[in-house]
Amino acid sequence: MLKYEIVVIGGGPAGLAAAIEAKKSGAKEILVLERDMELGGILQQCIHNGFGLHVFKEELTGPEYAERFIRELKDMGIEYKLDTMVLEVSDKKQITAMNRDEGILNIQAKAVVLAMGCRERTRGAIRIPGTRPAGVMTAGTAQRFVNMEGYMTGKRVVILGSGDIGLIMARRLTLEGAEVLGVAELMPFSGGLNRNIVQCLEDFDIPLYLQHTVVDVEGKDRVEAVTIAKVDERYKPIKGTEKRFDCDTLLLSVGLIPENELSKSAGITLDNITAGPRVNEAMETSAEGIFACGNVVHVHDLVDWVTEESRKAGRNAARYVSGQLINTENKISVQGINGIRYVVPQEIRPENLIGKTEFMMRVDAVYQNVKLVAKSGDEVLRIVKRRHVAPGEMENMVLDLGNMDPKTMKNLTIELVQEEGA
Amino acid sequence: MYDITVIGAGITGTFIARELSKYDLSILLLDKENDVSNGTTKANSAIVHAGYDAVEGTLKAKFNVRGNDMFDEICRDLDVPFKRIGSLVTAFNDEEMETIRGLYQRGLNNGVPDMRILEKEEVLEMEANLKESIQGALYAKTGGIVGPWELAIALAENAVENGVKLELNSAVTAIEKGAVGYEVTAGNQIYQTKLVINCAGVYGDRIDQMVNEKSFEIMPNRGEYNLFDKSVGDMVNTVVFGCPSSAGKGTVILPTVHGNLLLGPSADPIDNREDTRTTFAGLTSINDHAKNTLREIGFHNVITSFSGIRAKVATQDFIIEKPKGKEDFINVAGIDSPGLTAAPAIAEYVVEMVKESGDALGLTFNEKEDFNPKRTPSIHFMELSPKEQKQLIEKDPSFGRIICRCEYITEGEIVDVIKRKAGATTLDGVKRRARPGSGRCQGGFCAPRVMEILARELDVDMKDVLKDGKGSYILTEQTK
Repeated sequence: MLKYEIVVIGGGPAGLAAAIEAKKSGAKEILVLERDMELGGILQQCIHNGFGLHVFKEELTGPEYAERFIRELKDMGIEYKLDTMVLEVSDKKQITAMNRDEGILNIQAKAVVLAMGCRERTRGAIRIPGTRPAGVMTAGTAQRFVNMEGYMTGKRVVILGSGDIGLIMARRLTLEGAEVLGVAELMPFSGGLNRNIVQCLEDFDIPLYLQHTVVDVEGKDRVEAVTIAKVDERYKPIKGTEKRFDCDTLLLSVGLIPENELSKSAGITLDNITAGPRVNEAMETSAEGIFACGNVVHVHDLVDWVTEESRKAGRNAARYVSGQLINTENKISVQGINGIRYVVPQEIRPENLIGKTEFMMRVDAVYQNVKLVAKSGDEVLRIVKRRHVAPGEMENMVLDLGNMDPKTMKNLTIELVQEEGA
Repeated sequence: MYDITVIGAGITGTFIARELSKYDLSILLLDKENDVSNGTTKANSAIVHAGYDAVEGTLKAKFNVRGNDMFDEICRDLDVPFKRIGSLVTAFNDEEMETIRGLYQRGLNNGVPDMRILEKEEVLEMEANLKESIQGALYAKTGGIVGPWELAIALAENAVENGVKLELNSAVTAIEKGAVGYEVTAGNQIYQTKLVINCAGVYGDRIDQMVNEKSFEIMPNRGEYNLFDKSVGDMVNTVVFGCPSSAGKGTVILPTVHGNLLLGPSADPIDNREDTRTTFAGLTSINDHAKNTLREIGFHNVITSFSGIRAKVATQDFIIEKPKGKEDFINVAGIDSPGLTAAPAIAEYVVEMVKESGDALGLTFNEKEDFNPKRTPSIHFMELSPKEQKQLIEKDPSFGRIICRCEYITEGEIVDVIKRKAGATTLDGVKRRARPGSGRCQGGFCAPRVMEILARELDVDMKDVLKDGKGSYILTEQTK
């Protein structure tokens, strides 16, 4: 049995940042396990720019952003294994993994950081009627084919879902000479970042059909046509609003799902809304000593926030290993209400808080002129004004909880309040 | 010249070809698709029926019970997943209780063993997720589940290992009477054969009418399904049929041999025999059935929807006969449910029919001494013991490399199914044999890597790797 202080599962942006920060925080024996052939995760196929504005104050491509962390990891001498699949994690922090060269590996860790990221929601999960030919694929898979393998996936393309990867691929395929005929979005607003709507669709005159969905796919072997239709307020297609596109490709960008099969195998409690592990102020899951960060916890829209969250997980994993993390029974729940879908972390142990604490959250719809109001019981802790909030853009709020008396702290809520007179 | 040509490499054709390969005969197995089992066999309920549905005295009744009994041995020999998990027909009211009593009696008449009518409590003990309002159920111990395409693929592989010639991409376009037997035009070839066995599924009538007077017509009927993630695979433990009514045989909820949950089928007559689309209406009808049967069902766990086409005929019974006055042509048509269950018994029966024509056609039936009923077992890495896994990786490191993250399928397993006889040449062909891409991500992660392996092993360009059928290209050209 191999022994490490900290084993990080996943060598994408979350795992890299967690491992590096754990090392900086004093942990010595750290191992990163990555299932792909290289470190960096999905960033390696995100060759567009827009990464790093917050963390590095400059605009980098995905591979450039990843490279900075990979370099740092290697310079620090942190151990990693590539092309290595983790098969199981136990709540006792025993890990079974496998690769070509070493076969089956049994590893005992003192702390584990889960950083497996997320996967794309597929066609089956959203009930698109019609045939099942080649040419229907998720935007991320198409991105891998185009950017990593160097092959185009079609010439005339319809995209369902306005998630960021779909928007990015609309631009990418257009630049490669394909014709993107339109993007259909079920909701009355896009699920992607506003900057991507402007830079990837508007700049290329690609129409965005809000409140539309795909009602038919034709073609036995390869996609021949896709029909979209407008939906009513209950998301049911409205007869007579159909638009049929002759095309050979349907890309799906209909949401991301945290990859928590390993978390489940370890018996970790998942949050119904985020579909990721419930975590505390230390990014620790319900299993003591097992931490989680990045898209496996909740799907982020900017990698910069993944990095920050993962640093926190790495730092706390190191604190845990050295016995500095205080496990008290005094647990304060954190809840999003009235327009806030969820807040991460879902729980805090006030005795562990030093200085300021950052909370990440998503709203449930588009709102104008609102206030984010944080309360401890009935006591208002902080009010932040926002002119515009949308589900596609993660919100954050920093609370100065370190100065509060842990004994008097009550369960925290964060809610949306419409500004009066607005 | 071939002694026998079997048209159609679905479950019936592969069973017959494999049964015939026990004899010293030259046998040709033709299919229009680029893989075996690519029609009805790849999209059905995957059930081995007990045999209480078929009307007494029909071929369906006869071959269902006999076929069911043959599954243990054949699946053991061919290393195909098969589980005799038992089946239930549920009854939620007095009328349905009456119906299941009728089915019980029919089962007795058909010779179905080990059936019982269960009381409410017994049913709920067996299936805790059924609605409390259940009144009772017909339990049949011999009901089971099987991997249908795995079975057909295994049969084809074993048949080829025993000397059968398999020709894919060979749609039969003409059958002419020759000096002896027939000349069958398929693909760009003309094959001479003494005897033709028509197992063409939904095209059975078309093949028949190439040489015979019209005696039946296939009435294609589509069934739609929802397949759920393994996390809800234990929702039921047995094959749970809805109670049949005038509206149909009843929708089924069952675990698959791989641990997923399967729901379906709907039943809709269609015109186009290739029309395997799914529809809002069809999927809604099966989902409603699940809502009415189970306490709770999360449709967000659906990982894929699909449909298959039944080869229905007006008589609603199998057509297994030689056209009037012919000794050299056998129709095996109208093989809809319980066709999968009946297939081994049909094959046995068809071989007897062939033997009866033996004298007329100058065929002799000498059993081969070297017939091998067993297929080289396929490798399921995750099911091996840690020691076996270790040994296998030491022998071939590609078994240490996971390609499919959802189902934990290794590179070694994928290469194995490509290299076998009647092996995989397409992405879906690999998926049907080794399962990468059949998990929750539906190939999102592994498809590019499986394509790389296919391209490498078959020595073709990535661009030429197909998803499934002939025109199902995935990549169009290299990027700029």
